Amino acid sequence: MDINSIRLLATFGAIGMGTVVPALAIGLIGAKAVEAIGRNPEAASKVQTMAILAIAFAEAIAIYALVIALIIKFVQ
Amino acid sequence: MPQISLRAEEIFHIGSFPVTNAVLLSTIVLVLLAVFAVALRRKLSFIPGMVQNVMELIIEGALSLMDSVLGNRKTSEKYMPIVFTVFLFVLCSNWLGLFPGVSSVVVREGAESVPLLRSPASDLNFTLALALIVVTFVNAFGVAAVGLRKRLSVFFNFKGPIDFFIGILELISEFAKIISFSFRLFGNVFAGEVLLAIMSFLVPYLVPLPFMFLEIFVGFIQAFIFGMLTLVFVAMAVAEHGHEEIETAKVG
Repeated sequence: MDINSIRLLATFGAIGMGTVVPALAIGLIGAKAVEAIGRNPEAASKVQTMAILAIAFAEAIAIYALVIALIIKFVQ
Repeated sequence: MPQISLRAEEIFHIGSFPVTNAVLLSTIVLVLLAVFAVALRRKLSFIPGMVQNVMELIIEGALSLMDSVLGNRKTSEKYMPIVFTVFLFVLCSNWLGLFPGVSSVVVREGAESVPLLRSPASDLNFTLALALIVVTFVNAFGVAAVGLRKRLSVFFNFKGPIDFFIGILELISEFAKIISFSFRLFGNVFAGEVLLAIMSFLVPYLVPLPFMFLEIFVGFIQAFIFGMLTLVFVAMAVAEHGHEEIETAKVG
């Protein structure tokens, strides 16, 4: 196994494993946010702001995985 | 295969200071914002023109959003400069990084060709510097608002073993904030740059269009997130313990 094949596998592994849990997390946040708005439509804008913040936090983890994958693939 | 470089390439030197393409574009953003601000300031009047109207709308919206986190208008006006500046600077950097000509107009640098301009946030130096500035300001505002003793007692709390442990976690989380701030923005913008480069390389016509829309959207959202997180951390740092008016939950 030469270095380039291992590089490819590592890129695939990094991005493949690193985005599963953040995707689940964002889905859960969205579900709870929608439910909260459904229960109390008056608080919609507060819930929305908080939800966007939480989604950005969860997405940051996926972005870390993406950065690692990009570094593995493109940096000599 | 497009040449994708993790680090921003140097264009020229001023003395011994290397000027990279990201530094060049961020300086252009700085000059544009400064010129716009000074020009608008001169034309301020009681009967607003169109530009002043739009800016008043934006500032009013931002102030009311800050009110909902900080509690009252006076505190919002006090902390608006840092929060809104960070938001505006990151927003303009991201959007100007999508301009035609950025990353495509090329300068011959010795053997390889190097883009003349590059999205500033796609350089880790830019995002790391912003993160350090924001965390320093948050702690400085905390010290200014509640005093050095109280601010330090958040981190070094000797009331009991659990409180001590939580203090150490708080200290570690300050450094984690720096890392997460810088890598969130860097990752989003750098990945967007790589995506656009690859898409434009594969199918140059029409197909990069939805990706450009995605990048416009992501640029705005990341600037908004940066500003909101700055606001939330400032709000947590200056809160008087006893009547905390922060409605957002504590995030680490």
